[in-house]
Amino acid sequence: MPAVLTYNRMVVSTDESERADALFHALADPTRRDILAVVLQDAQSVSDLARRYPISFAAVHKHVGALERAGLVTKTRHGREQRVRGDVATLRTAHRLLDDLEGLWRGRIDRIEQVLADPTERAPQ
Amino acid sequence: MTVISVVKDADARTLTITARFDAPIGRVWQVWSDPRQLERWWGPPMYPATVTGHDLVPGGAITYYMTGPEGERHGGWFRVRAVDPPHNLDLDAGVADADGTSSPDTPTAVIRVALSEVDGGGTQMTIATSWASDEAMEQMLATGMEAGMTAAVGQVDELLGLSAQA
Repeated sequence: MPAVLTYNRMVVSTDESERADALFHALADPTRRDILAVVLQDAQSVSDLARRYPISFAAVHKHVGALERAGLVTKTRHGREQRVRGDVATLRTAHRLLDDLEGLWRGRIDRIEQVLADPTERAPQ
Repeated sequence: MTVISVVKDADARTLTITARFDAPIGRVWQVWSDPRQLERWWGPPMYPATVTGHDLVPGGAITYYMTGPEGERHGGWFRVRAVDPPHNLDLDAGVADADGTSSPDTPTAVIRVALSEVDGGGTQMTIATSWASDEAMEQMLATGMEAGMTAAVGQVDELLGLSAQA
C-alpha cells in the first residue's frame, strides 16, 4: 500500500537530530562523498582508498571514520587489512532513496514556481 | 502550498508528486518545452543545469549536464517516449559521463508528467518517477543524486547558521 504523506513541520528527537548531524557532516565534504561513491560499488581497503587521493593515509582514515559514524559505511577485517564498504542498510533502502527523490522534486517544484513568476520568461500563449 | 500530494510506493519503486501552479497550462508546459526554462529548475542551486540538446518529439533526446561547485560536470539525458503538448510527457531518464555519453547498461528511470487545468484557473502537474529494479534506483540515485544531497547539506548549514544567531 502506498503511503500518502501529509506535511507538517517535523519534530525530531535528539537521537535523530544527532544522527542527522553526523550524516550531513559526513556528506558535506567532497572527498568523503567520493569515497562513499567508490565503496558503494566495491569494498576497498583504506590503503586502496589512500592511493586514489592526494592526501595522507591518516586523512583518508579520518574521512572513513566520519562516514562510519554517520552509518554510511561499515568496516570489516579481511586478513591484515580492514575493508570499507557502503552500508546497505543506511543507504540502500527504497524508502530512504524515495525520501531523497522527494526532496529533489520538492526543490524542483519550488524553482518551477520561481520560473513561472518571472515576467521575463512569459512568452506569448 | 504548491505541492499538494506525495505518494511513495516502495514496492513499485515509484514516487508520485503533485503540485498546483497559479499559471495557465500552456505557460506551465513551457518549463519542459523551453530548454532555457528547463535548465533554470532541473539542477539544484549548487548544481545548475545546462541543456545541450532538446528534441521534444517521440524518440527525441534531451541532453544536459550539471556543473558542481568545483566545476565538475554531471551529465544526464532524457529520451522522449511520448509527448502530447500541453498535457503529457513520458521520458526515460539516465545519467551520462561528463562528456554526455552514456553506457548501454546505465540504469534508467521512467518519468511521466501529466498536466491538467484546474477549475477557477491554474494548472495541476503530476510527476511520477519509477525504476525497473532496486539496483537501478540505487545506482542512479547514488551517482546522480549526490547533487541533490549537497544542496540539502547547504540548506541545513543555512538553518544551523540562523539558529546559532538566534
